[in-house]
Amino acid sequence: MKWLSDDRLNHLRSIVGNPDFSSTKYTFVKELGSGGMGTVYLAEDTELDRLVAIKVLNTPDITEDLRNRMVREAQIIARLEHPGIVPVHDVGILSDGRIFYAMKFVRGSRLDEYAAQGASLRDRLRKFQAVCDAVAFAHAHGVIHRDLKPQNIMIGSFGEVLVLDWGVAKIRDTPREIEGTVIGTRDYMSPEQARGEIDQLDERSDIYSLGAVLHFLLKDQSGVSKAAKAICAKAMASAKESRYSSASDLSADVARLLDAEPVSAYRESAFERVSRWVGKNRFLVLLVLAYLIMRIIFIFTSRR
Amino acid sequence: MSKPLIGVILGAVLGVFDGLTAWFTPAARDQLGGIVVGSTIKGIIAGIAIGFFAKKFHSLPIGILFGVLVGAFLAFLVAFMQGGYYLEIILPGALVGLIVGFATQKYGYNLSA
Repeated sequence: MKWLSDDRLNHLRSIVGNPDFSSTKYTFVKELGSGGMGTVYLAEDTELDRLVAIKVLNTPDITEDLRNRMVREAQIIARLEHPGIVPVHDVGILSDGRIFYAMKFVRGSRLDEYAAQGASLRDRLRKFQAVCDAVAFAHAHGVIHRDLKPQNIMIGSFGEVLVLDWGVAKIRDTPREIEGTVIGTRDYMSPEQARGEIDQLDERSDIYSLGAVLHFLLKDQSGVSKAAKAICAKAMASAKESRYSSASDLSADVARLLDAEPVSAYRESAFERVSRWVGKNRFLVLLVLAYLIMRIIFIFTSRR
Repeated sequence: MSKPLIGVILGAVLGVFDGLTAWFTPAARDQLGGIVVGSTIKGIIAGIAIGFFAKKFHSLPIGILFGVLVGAFLAFLVAFMQGGYYLEIILPGALVGLIVGFATQKYGYNLSA
C-alpha cells in the first residue's frame, strides 16, 4: 500500500474545500478570506480575461422564491454606480445551490490593515467620511449594506475608498429573510440587527455600523476630541431614533470635525469654543499677539 | 465675506486701534482725534489694496508679502511726513499689513460671476 505524502494530503484537502465554479465562466485562483456570511475567492473571468473577487454565500437550503428575490436584489445593487462602491458584476448559483456574487477585484489595503499601518487621525477621518458618502449614496437608492466593517472597506492604491461586499445588502422595505435571522458581523451590528429584527432594519442600522467603524478607527489614537467621541456615541446609540437620521448627516458632522467647526453631536462649552477657534486660527492669533506685544514694547520705550 | 471687504473692515479696525495707541504717548494725546482718523484712512487704503490684490492672486505667501510691503510703504509715508519715529510707525504698519494680507487670503472668497 502506498501512503500519500503530507503535502499531497494537504493539497487534496484544500481542493475539496474549494467551490466548484465549473458551471460558471470563472476559474478558481485562490481563497482571499472568509467571514460569517461566506468566503471570498479570487477567480478569473475566462470570458473577459480579468481577475474578479467572488463571494460565495453560506445560504444552504433556500427556496426558489427566496433565491429569485436575492438575485433580483443583486441586480438592483449592481446598478449602484458610485466611485466609493465596488460594483457587483455578476450573480449566480453554484452547482451545490449556493449563491455567489462576482465583484471587481480591488488591489489595496483593507481599512483595518490601513489603520494598522499607522495612518494619522485626520487621514482616518477623511477615509471614514468617504465611506459615509458611499453609504449615503446607496441609502439614497434604497440599498442597506447590513455588513459594514473595516474588513469590507478597501483603500485602493491611490487612496481611493471602496465599500465592498454588497452581497448581503437589502433593498429597503422588501422582506428577504425570515424574522430572527441574524445577518452581519457581531462587533459591528446594531442592537436590532443582533436581535434578528429583520423588519426593523433600515438606514440607521448601517449608521450604527458606521459608528462602530469610526470607533475602531479612533481607538488607541491620541488626541481624540470629545466632539469625535460624541459623533461616535451618537451614531452608535442603542435606540435608533437617537442616531443620525442619515449617513449624509454623519458625513457632514465628520466634515465639520475635520474643519474644526462645531459638530451637531456635541454641545461645547464657551471655553471649548474659544479653544477650538484659537486652534483653528492659530497663525492669526499669533500675529495679533505679536502686534500687541510690539505695541506694548513701543509704549513703554516711548515713556522713558 | 469677499476679500476686498475683509481687507477694508480689518484695515479700518486695526487702523483705529493703531491710532488709539497714541494715547499712551502724552505728547501726542491732544492730537489723538487726527491721529485716529489718519490711521483709519491709512488702514482702509491698505485694506482695499491688499483685498483687491488677494482677489487677483490666490497665494498666501504672496498675499502676506504684498500686505507687508503696502503696510510698510504707507507707514513710511506717514513717518516721512512726520519727520521721525520711523521704526515705531513702520514696524506696526508692516505687521498690520501682514495681518490683513493673511486674513484676506485665508478667510476671504471671490464672488464669481
